[in-house]
Amino acid sequence: MFAAASAALLAALALMLVRAVLGPTVFDRVLAMNTIGTLAVLLLAVIGFLTGRPDFLDLAIVYGLLNIVGTIAVLKFFRHGSLGE
Amino acid sequence: MSAILDIASWALLVAGGLACMVGALGLLRMPDFYTRIHAASVSDAVGAGLILAGLLLQADSLIVALKLAIVGLLIFLTSPAATHALARAALHRGLEPWKR
Repeated sequence: MFAAASAALLAALALMLVRAVLGPTVFDRVLAMNTIGTLAVLLLAVIGFLTGRPDFLDLAIVYGLLNIVGTIAVLKFFRHGSLGE
Repeated sequence: MSAILDIASWALLVAGGLACMVGALGLLRMPDFYTRIHAASVSDAVGAGLILAGLLLQADSLIVALKLAIVGLLIFLTSPAATHALARAALHRGLEPWKR
């Protein structure tokens, strides 16, 4: 049943990748990237349980932290035109 | 007892996967950036919550449950903040909301 959840997550990731490629404005792409990051965290957690190696949860935590930093940095850049002094 | 726990966990995982797919479909089909934020928050909040709850029922040790709780807390704290910053940045840059 973990396999079904990972398959659903992979299908959702594919749809969001389509939006990230199509997206007319840059904000659509950033939104898709942020959601892809969240889904990747979930996928890492599910795969950890699927293969019986819960160590994958550490990777999920690190990826979640990187995701928020990346999103905020990109937004600050597009809002102010620079990353601040 | 273990069978009941398994069934509950499977139901939560399948419902979470379904919510994620619904959110992704909305992200693809909605007409405008501000409505797409709404669709993305479905998979961020409902999908993540249900899948993490389903995994939490399968956790066999305390440290695994604690890590799952940390992942859930991280998603629930940072995802609304990122979405809010995104909408503000778009409005600040003059992106018009969708009208019929």
